Amino acid sequence: MDPAIDASLVSVESVSDSLSSTGYLPDAAIATIVFLAARLNKPLLVEGPAGVGKTELARSLAAMTGRQLIRLQCYEGVDESKVLYEWNYRKQLLRIQAEQGQNWDQLSGDIFSEEFLLERPVLQAVRSDAPTVLLIDEIDKLDMEAEALLLEVLSEWQVTIPEMGTMRAVTTPLVILTSNDSRELSEALKRRCLYLHLDYPDLEREKAIVLQRVPELPETLAEQIVKVVQSIRELELKKAPSIAETLDWARTLLHLNVTTLDPETLQRTLSVLLKFRSDLSRAEQHLDLGD
Amino acid sequence: MLNRLLAFTHALRNAGVPVSISESIDSLRALEHIRFEDRTAFRTALATTMIKTRSHEQAFDALFNVYFDGGGPADIDDLHDREDQHHAAEGAESFMDELFESIVAGNGGTGGMGELARRAVGRFGRVLSSPSDSRYFEYPVFRALDMDVLLQRLNEQGAEAAGLEGIDARIAGDRFRAAVASFRSEVRAEVQRRVARRKGPEAVTRHSIRPLPEDLDLATASRAEMDEMRRAIRPLARKLATRTAMKRRNATRGGLDVRRTIRHSLSTGGVPLDISLKHKVPHKPELFVLCDISSSVARFARFSLMLVHAMSSGFTKVRSFVFIDTIDEVTHLFEDDDLFVAVDRVNAEANVVWIDGHSNYGASLERFLDLYGKDVTARSTLLILGDARNNHRAPREEALKELHSRAKHVYWLNPEPKAYWDTGDSAASRYAVFTDGMHEVRTLRDLENFTAEVLT
Repeated sequence: MDPAIDASLVSVESVSDSLSSTGYLPDAAIATIVFLAARLNKPLLVEGPAGVGKTELARSLAAMTGRQLIRLQCYEGVDESKVLYEWNYRKQLLRIQAEQGQNWDQLSGDIFSEEFLLERPVLQAVRSDAPTVLLIDEIDKLDMEAEALLLEVLSEWQVTIPEMGTMRAVTTPLVILTSNDSRELSEALKRRCLYLHLDYPDLEREKAIVLQRVPELPETLAEQIVKVVQSIRELELKKAPSIAETLDWARTLLHLNVTTLDPETLQRTLSVLLKFRSDLSRAEQHLDLGD
Repeated sequence: MLNRLLAFTHALRNAGVPVSISESIDSLRALEHIRFEDRTAFRTALATTMIKTRSHEQAFDALFNVYFDGGGPADIDDLHDREDQHHAAEGAESFMDELFESIVAGNGGTGGMGELARRAVGRFGRVLSSPSDSRYFEYPVFRALDMDVLLQRLNEQGAEAAGLEGIDARIAGDRFRAAVASFRSEVRAEVQRRVARRKGPEAVTRHSIRPLPEDLDLATASRAEMDEMRRAIRPLARKLATRTAMKRRNATRGGLDVRRTIRHSLSTGGVPLDISLKHKVPHKPELFVLCDISSSVARFARFSLMLVHAMSSGFTKVRSFVFIDTIDEVTHLFEDDDLFVAVDRVNAEANVVWIDGHSNYGASLERFLDLYGKDVTARSTLLILGDARNNHRAPREEALKELHSRAKHVYWLNPEPKAYWDTGDSAASRYAVFTDGMHEVRTLRDLENFTAEVLT
């Protein structure tokens, strides 16, 4: 079922190049795994701490393939009426009342037709004529029961609606599932996915990201910034600084016309990076800033 | 190749990584799309299809190293080593200097230490078992090259030698530590590769692949392993918490609320499509956790405290207590989100030593009953963590009996192997009678099983 693989997905190199051109710098593993996911028609489960660019990866994938991005944000209590589909029962009721005295067989065929179906993200992705990227964000927030709803879609690319039958995907969507690892996902779900563990980037890659997003920054300062951030991430923190926060910090320093990091600047601007009082004092202690 | 892949899959399963048949087929399909010569792509393709949890990555790395990097004839090592010997008939001293310089020069951030590790193993790791045969081990390498000494020297002189100053010098320590750690793991990998070349990969996997974090014995885990475990325990504690939360949520649904159902049906023309149910008054489960923190269970105590901490951020009503020969409430100490601060404060502030600082379960339980017994009700669950080694003191199980009759459940998690229960000063079964079960919990997996079996 992969008649037309997008041009940007034909090889690992092209995946890597096209992702870079959308502003997402992948490392070798990311590019290879995205390529394999597209080739094997498998959903991709991306796991990792907050702020390493999991959602961003899906967005860049949509941008680079020119596909529509359909997003399902998960939270506790999401059920099939939010994931798959729902019957517009108010409209159905109006219909019944409007056609009083009509033959039941005809009516029941009528009210369970497409006109009364409300598509939710997953069904929308399956039924879309143009290929899509389906992002199922923070799937770990989903209850165990709701997780099972996705299994049919993820392996067979189809959705079964009892009243209407089974709907097969016209084009296989690229599916990205993200998880913050707040709970173990079920074996059944994991088995159907390829797995990508996204961690904070290494020094070189983070430097490249900083330089790409904040091009005015001098390279030596960028390197210093990234070194400090990486050193802070090693600490035991409530919330480690994400890539977005590195970028915020870089921009802050740029606006302050800082050319090289010294203890005073560090102390003044560290709060851009760390959002908890206890984290701040631990980092200050680590960097030996003192008071 | 296929055979080797299947053997590899088999070895992964033996190490405890669940690789299903469909996943192993996926891995083969993935390999169709990549070039075999590209080692990283090959590795990535296998990892992404077979490894679905981060804690399994370490086992995968070790096995991959043995099965796919360990190839080649056995005497290739001798050849390399002879070349190296030419290079310099160096002693441990000069090798340490070389390591020092290499790390200072910035090698070893990621990888980089491979070449040095290979030479170190060839030079120091060989043990002649017979004139014709030699074997490789890790420990002689580190006996010759003391990593602690190296790290200390790096911390003292490294920054200066690298010409760093200011902020750069302050954070150089992290880099040095990472480089030393990377050298250590490279040496381990090299030894495993050499053994694999001589004896085949199976020989390595039998002996030297470390167990997964969830299978580690809590009593003997090293510091680094404890760290790994701490990462693994968080989702588990959350699972424990959400399980009870979920039960609670489902239980809030009571009978039909007629008034609200009729009210809702107005919007659908009087047809009651949405049925409203009454809310039951939610009952909040209360959890009392009692931890033995005496030195005999020191490591387990750290683990218990980790567990208590993770749970108290999940449950709303957890009260935690620690005891040695008397008991003290430490709930307020865990209000701080920070585990380390909490543990420090428990050690500094908790008043748990009464006479001599040897565990006294009898006195502790009795005192708990006296002071807090009135709070234990039919809604409470008691979780006792300890080895039930009472130093031959009066067990006073009647205190536990009384608590058991008041509480909904009493569970006892014992870090000792079941075979040791009731030996020596252990009063395990005398207490076990008055619990809903005493469980042997030595690994995270045990804990997970306990959670799954008991708390659902």
